[in-house]
Amino acid sequence: MEGSLNIIGAALAFGLGAIGPGIGLGILIGSAIESTARQPEAAGPVRTLMFIGIGVVEALALFGFVLVFILQGA
Amino acid sequence: MRPSVLAAVDYGGPFEVPPIGELFNLPALFTVGGVDITRVYLIVLFAVAAVMLLFFAAFANAKVVPGRLQAGAEAMVEFVRDSIAIDIIGPQGRRYAPLLTSIFFFVWFNNLFEVLPFVNFPSTSRIALPMLLAITVWLLFLILGIRTQGPVTYFKDILIPPGVPKGMVPLIGLIEFISTVIVRPITLTIRLFANMVAGHILLTIVFIAIHSFLVLGPGLPVGLVVLAISPLAVGFELFVGVLQAYIFVILTAVYIDGSLNPAH
Repeated sequence: MEGSLNIIGAALAFGLGAIGPGIGLGILIGSAIESTARQPEAAGPVRTLMFIGIGVVEALALFGFVLVFILQGA
Repeated sequence: MRPSVLAAVDYGGPFEVPPIGELFNLPALFTVGGVDITRVYLIVLFAVAAVMLLFFAAFANAKVVPGRLQAGAEAMVEFVRDSIAIDIIGPQGRRYAPLLTSIFFFVWFNNLFEVLPFVNFPSTSRIALPMLLAITVWLLFLILGIRTQGPVTYFKDILIPPGVPKGMVPLIGLIEFISTVIVRPITLTIRLFANMVAGHILLTIVFIAIHSFLVLGPGLPVGLVVLAISPLAVGFELFVGVLQAYIFVILTAVYIDGSLNPAH
């Protein structure tokens, strides 16, 4: 892998692209924990909604990860 | 020297990360009628055989008072049916429980091969498999929506959220169209695919590091640290395998629910 602007772009894509989903996941799971603590009988539906949210938010971070390999090959 | 990751045990050089492509492009073992049989092909076949074996062994002679295997399999099937299908889709969810159970077990067993000793390759890390499942789910929820609500009502339902001022409808409709009809199968594919790719790269690097630092001598403390980390990595991979199967099935249920029961 020789040095090229592609690699810097790939690293930036992944690094900067993981900030948003990281914060988002923290907020999401934190509020799921808090709402379970407030109302333990809502734990089941809250857990289901949390997993749906995790799946959607984490996909954004993974787009950056895939972009690294696309940029590496280009 | 570039290691062959099929036989990382034979790797005999200093620690070096192999080119990522080599971790995933597996050579064909043999050819049958023009089709290359690679390890991935065999892994998928074994996963299908394992799922079928599990269900046949558990439910072939189903007893009223179940033995342990039947009880365990019943618990898992009930989990998918009750807490995914019926919880999200409603009473009609019972009809889609077989599909959801099949997708869940198929994806889960394919992900398990990542941590299986001597195999250590997830067949879901080749994009064709998640893409096939995502396209199936995509066609399913589109056709279900069009058949249940009629094409005009369905597209009006998903494209135009309530409370949108009339002038913004074209822009909002375009955004919603892209986000629902175009992006959903892409995210379904990439979510499962990239999670498995990342896990495979992590595990491969951990195992190569253990071998090259510990077995080959120099760097004993580093090798011991990596050895201590490796159960965590494998455990994390196990967890991610189940979690990604669960997320795939839950999102399928959510999309089916969006097609059957109009959201607005």
